[in-house]
Amino acid sequence: MTEFVEQREKGENELRLAESIASSKRPKPPSGISSTLTFATRALLRIKHVPEQMFDVTVFPVIFLLMFTYLFGGAIAGSTEEYLQFLLPGILVMTVSQITMYTGIDLNNDIRKGIFDRFRTLPIWLPSALVGSLLVDIVRYSMAAAIMISLGFALGFRPEGGWLGVLGAVALILVFAFSLSWIWTILGLIMRSEKSLMMVSFMVLFPLTFVSNVFVDPRTLPNWLQSFVEINPISILATAVRGAMHGTATVQQVMLVLVVSVVMTAIFAPITIYLYRNKK
Amino acid sequence: MKGASYQPKTDEWAIEATALVKVFGKHRAVDGVDLAVRKGTVYGFLGPNGAGKTTVIRVLATLLKPDGGSASIFGHDLGTEGDEIRSRISLTGQYASLDEDLTGMENLVMMAKLMGYRRSEAKVRAGELLHAFGLEEAAKRQVKNYSGGMRRRIDIAASLVVTPDLLFLDEPPAGLDPRSRNQVWDIIRALVSGGTTVMLTTQYLEEADQLADRIAVINKGKIIAEGTSSELKASVSTGTLNIQLADAADRPQAMRIMEDKLAVAVHSSSDAASLTAQINDSFRVADALAELARQKIAVSDFSFGRPSLDEVFLTLTGHAATEDEPQPEEGAS
Repeated sequence: MTEFVEQREKGENELRLAESIASSKRPKPPSGISSTLTFATRALLRIKHVPEQMFDVTVFPVIFLLMFTYLFGGAIAGSTEEYLQFLLPGILVMTVSQITMYTGIDLNNDIRKGIFDRFRTLPIWLPSALVGSLLVDIVRYSMAAAIMISLGFALGFRPEGGWLGVLGAVALILVFAFSLSWIWTILGLIMRSEKSLMMVSFMVLFPLTFVSNVFVDPRTLPNWLQSFVEINPISILATAVRGAMHGTATVQQVMLVLVVSVVMTAIFAPITIYLYRNKK
Repeated sequence: MKGASYQPKTDEWAIEATALVKVFGKHRAVDGVDLAVRKGTVYGFLGPNGAGKTTVIRVLATLLKPDGGSASIFGHDLGTEGDEIRSRISLTGQYASLDEDLTGMENLVMMAKLMGYRRSEAKVRAGELLHAFGLEEAAKRQVKNYSGGMRRRIDIAASLVVTPDLLFLDEPPAGLDPRSRNQVWDIIRALVSGGTTVMLTTQYLEEADQLADRIAVINKGKIIAEGTSSELKASVSTGTLNIQLADAADRPQAMRIMEDKLAVAVHSSSDAASLTAQINDSFRVADALAELARQKIAVSDFSFGRPSLDEVFLTLTGHAATEDEPQPEEGAS
C-alpha cells in the first residue's frame, strides 16, 4: 500500500518536473540596465537578510567620530568643538574610504562560493554584477554620511557653506568612493582568501587615510612626508570636502577631485573587468 | 517543440572538442582531450579527484580559456562565440552556487530576471520550479538553512530557469544521501527526455553506469578510455570469477590449482575463504572448477560475471577510483 502511494508520488513528481522543464520559454537576454538593477536588488535583499552588515555604515562612523573628536580635540586644537569643525569633513572622507573596502570582500566571497561562476555563464552584460552592487554601496555610503553629519551637528559642527555646501561635499565623496571601489574589486579578484584580502586592503588603506590631512595640518609634518600628503588622493578629497562644507572651496579643488576620480576609474575599472572575464 | 516525443537528432553533436589543453603553471590539468557528445544524451565523465574533470567542464562552459586545442558547442566555436554558447548552456558546480543569504524564492527570481524574464513572469517561473522540485515549503527560507539535498535541488533548479540545451553537472550527488541522490537522478532523466544534453562528472561509478549513455574515463588530464558502459567493461576482460571455499584452509591449494588452470593471477580477498580472478578466457573457468572438484576442494559458492566499472577503473588506472589524492572537502569512499 505504502509502496503504491510512493509509486504514485514518484509519478507525480516526474510529471511536474517534466512539465516545468517543457514549459520553460527562452526570453531575450536582459538589457545591461535591467541586469544591473537585478544585481542591485540582490544587494538590497542581502541587507534585508543580514542587517549586521550595516554596522560598517552606522556604528563604525559614530565610534570614529566620537573617538577622534575627544581623543585629539584637546591636544590638537585646544577645544573639541573647534577641532570638530576641522575634523568632521576629514573623518567623513576617511570613514567612507575605509568602508569601500567591503566591496572587494563581497566579490571575493562570491568567487569562493561559486555564484560568481554562475553569473559568468549567463548571457548578460558582465560588468552589471559589479555596477549593481556598487550602486547599492553608494546608498550605504550616503547613510554613513548622513549619520556622521547629524551626529556632528549634535556635537556642535556648524558648516559655514550651508546645506548646499554639505550636499556638494557628500556628492564629491560618493564620486570618489565609486572610483576607489575599483581598487578593491581588483584585489577581491586576485586574492585567494578573505584573510589575505583584508590584510592587503588594510595595508593600502591605513597609510592612505592616516598619512593625509584628515587629522592634522600637513605643515606640522617633515618635508618628505608633506610631499606624500599633498599628492595623496585622500588629502585632495579632504581639502575639497572641507572647503565645500565651510564655503571656501575653489573650483580648482573640486575639479582636482573629479579628475582624480575619473583617472582612477579609467585605470582600475578596465583592469577589474579584464580580470573578471578572464578569472581562472 | 520539446516534449515527451522528442527524438534526439543523433547526427548532431552537442560538444565536439579536439586536443584540449589547459595548463596551470607547470601542471597540465587537461592534456590533449578529445570529446564528442551527441545531442540529447547523457555523457559521463569519470575520474578520481584531480584528474581534470572539473577543468574540462569549466573550459567547455566558457569559464576558462583553453591553452591549446579547439572545441565547439552546438557548432559554435568556444573561442569566438561565447555569448551564443552561454545562452544555451547551464552549469551546476560542485558547491551550491547561489546566494546563501537570500531565500530560495529570491534566488530563483534573480536568476529568472538575469535570464531575461520580466519581474512578474520571473516570480511565476520561480514558483513553478520550486513546486516541481518539491521546495515550496522552503521557498521563504534562506538557502544557508537548507539541507544538503535541498541545496543541490535548488542549485539545479537555478540552472533550469530556462531549460538549457546543454547542462553541465559537476559531481551532482557529492555528499548526498541515497534518497536525494535518486531525486537528482530523476531530474537528470526528466531533462534528457525533454531533449537536453547532460554532461556530468562523477567519481561514483554506479552513477555513470546508471545514467550515462557514454562514458569517458579521465586520469591525469588524459582520456584513457571511452565508450558505453558495456564496451568499457568488455574492453577490460571477459569478467570476474569469485569463488567461495567451504573451508578456508583449502585456500592456498585452491589458489595454486586455479592459477594453473586459468593462467591468470588469482587474488585472495579479505574474506579468508574466497578467491577472485579476472578472466579473459571463459572456457577455462569450467576447467578450473572441475579440477577443484577432483582435488576434493569443496566450493560453497561461485559467481562469474562481467566486471563492475570499479574494476574497469582499477584496471585502467592502476588504482581505485575514489582513493586517489584524497582531498579534504570530499569524503567519498
